[in-house]
Amino acid sequence: MSSQTTTRRKVANALFGLLAFLAIFASLVTLVALLIDVVARGGSSVDLQFFTSAPSRIPAKAGILPALVGTLWVTTLVAIMTFPIGVAAAIYLEEYAGRGRWSRLLRINISNLAGVPSIVYGIFGLALFVRLLGLGRTVFAAALTLSLLILPVVIISSMEAIRAVPPSQREAAYALGATRWQMVRRALLPAAAPGILTGIVLAVGRAVGETAPLILIGAVTFVTFVPVNPFEDKYTVLPIQIFNWAGRPQAAFQEISAAAILVLLVLMFLLNLVAVILRARLSRTIQW
Amino acid sequence: MKSTMKKLSVAAAAALFIAACGGSAASPSASTVALTGEIAMDGSSTVYPVAEAVAEEFQNANPGVQVTVAFSGTGGGFKKFCAGETDASNASRPIKTSDKPGPDGVAGTEDDELSEATKCKNANIEYIELKVAIDALAVVVSKENTFVDCLTTDELKAIWDLGSVVETWADVRAGWPAEKIDLYGPGADSGTFDYFTEEINGETKRSRSDFTQSEDDNVLVTGISGSQYALGYFGLAYVTENADKVRAVEVDGGEGCAAPSAEAANDGTYSPLGRPLFVYASVAALARPEVAAFFRFFLENTVELSTEVGYIGLNDADEASVKAKLEAALK
Repeated sequence: MSSQTTTRRKVANALFGLLAFLAIFASLVTLVALLIDVVARGGSSVDLQFFTSAPSRIPAKAGILPALVGTLWVTTLVAIMTFPIGVAAAIYLEEYAGRGRWSRLLRINISNLAGVPSIVYGIFGLALFVRLLGLGRTVFAAALTLSLLILPVVIISSMEAIRAVPPSQREAAYALGATRWQMVRRALLPAAAPGILTGIVLAVGRAVGETAPLILIGAVTFVTFVPVNPFEDKYTVLPIQIFNWAGRPQAAFQEISAAAILVLLVLMFLLNLVAVILRARLSRTIQW
Repeated sequence: MKSTMKKLSVAAAAALFIAACGGSAASPSASTVALTGEIAMDGSSTVYPVAEAVAEEFQNANPGVQVTVAFSGTGGGFKKFCAGETDASNASRPIKTSDKPGPDGVAGTEDDELSEATKCKNANIEYIELKVAIDALAVVVSKENTFVDCLTTDELKAIWDLGSVVETWADVRAGWPAEKIDLYGPGADSGTFDYFTEEINGETKRSRSDFTQSEDDNVLVTGISGSQYALGYFGLAYVTENADKVRAVEVDGGEGCAAPSAEAANDGTYSPLGRPLFVYASVAALARPEVAAFFRFFLENTVELSTEVGYIGLNDADEASVKAKLEAALK
């Protein structure tokens, strides 16, 4: 190999490294700029009163209590509903369905569903859950709609995680005389758990930030009471409150909007933190 | 709060008086009994701040009543209202009343595109229209713009119409600088866009499209304030709150230039860009004492509260007539 090509290869190598660095740098700078802006504008509005008050036309008196509780309710219900259904669907498609024409059709459709705009799920949720099933404008109807919205993402990421488990793991289980269910439970799921978890947390994160479908299915904005019964109570969520405040003419509303964004960001951070910790614990048991 | 309470009791007394005069058996306003129940409102995001303010004060006075307000838009609100899902609907335009013939081109057949009013009628939902405030659409320039004082509606149409050839201020009026106009306006989903295009360009949504669009009026304020030659339009509240950055120009609708003041918007001289804001209340819901009390409270306080949130309050005559309309419906 001549020294000239070696130099070229080295330059190309350095160049790619630089490009990759610029990519991460650009995303980090955007994030940091957003954080600084939000903290600068809203940081001073975050106090105890902000967490314990209902919305008000007077920005200084306004708070996020109903929205925060609404978001926690919806997020929890969405996580509880999508986890078993999404993972079971992924196991079926990867381990039971085979590779026939039907299962291929199913896979393609699920991928397509993941790309459907969220407002379409809102229209569907309004027709099915709110009207046809008569759930009304409740927390439960919102959780069902958002579950449908993120299920395709949960299924696809779980499928990827399951596919990443080396075939040797499955074969070893079978070699020991395990049935398919025993193989799934003892070998496959523990090995795929960290990946599945990451997918679910990212998907739930998307549900936390959704606004449009919830406005459509009748989330309210001004509500002074905290939802207690998810099957009956009206609700609002943080993104709707943020959206409403951000659009107001008065500057003070934009400040509390930034404060609410800050709370939402911290909430997302906590959600991701839980996932990181769980993943670290689960990964410890995997050895291959 | 004391003054609103006083006003409420005055309203209750007035209601009793009217009920007594009418000799009807209408139940007395329940100001002596603690009200309970739920009231659901949805509709225009423009009317939302007024409804929110009223709901807040009403709940302070009547802790047993839960009022919720959503903002799925005027059209979205009417859909829910005519499906019987809400007690009242906020609207930044009157309810649509004329059905359009469907694909077969014949009116009165099954495939007609039904209007909001017809849908309500088919669902047996009777309603009354209450005008609660006025929102003036302001035509806005930067503070740095020193040459524009007044624009006629014809000039506005020349600037904003579909296929407009206006590029510079000199194209609008001779003598103005030959500088390119930077145009800013609301996005096509906004009721403000619908209203402005209908009043100025003669047809809803008919507009040139080569302008900076944003659903967020605060973005428009920022854009216009940054350019001496910019022009845009949005609700007056955003001008008032940003008086250090932008100013509203006068508009001449054929009867002379008029600034978007409270008086001009009320008496119709700020024409055609002063738009009434409505709340549609279900007559069936008004039979519930808490809903009746809520709307009496609403009309008692709407002038004060809508001014506070940045809109123009009704003048005395309009306030009296909308109150009379409510009392007539409550009989």
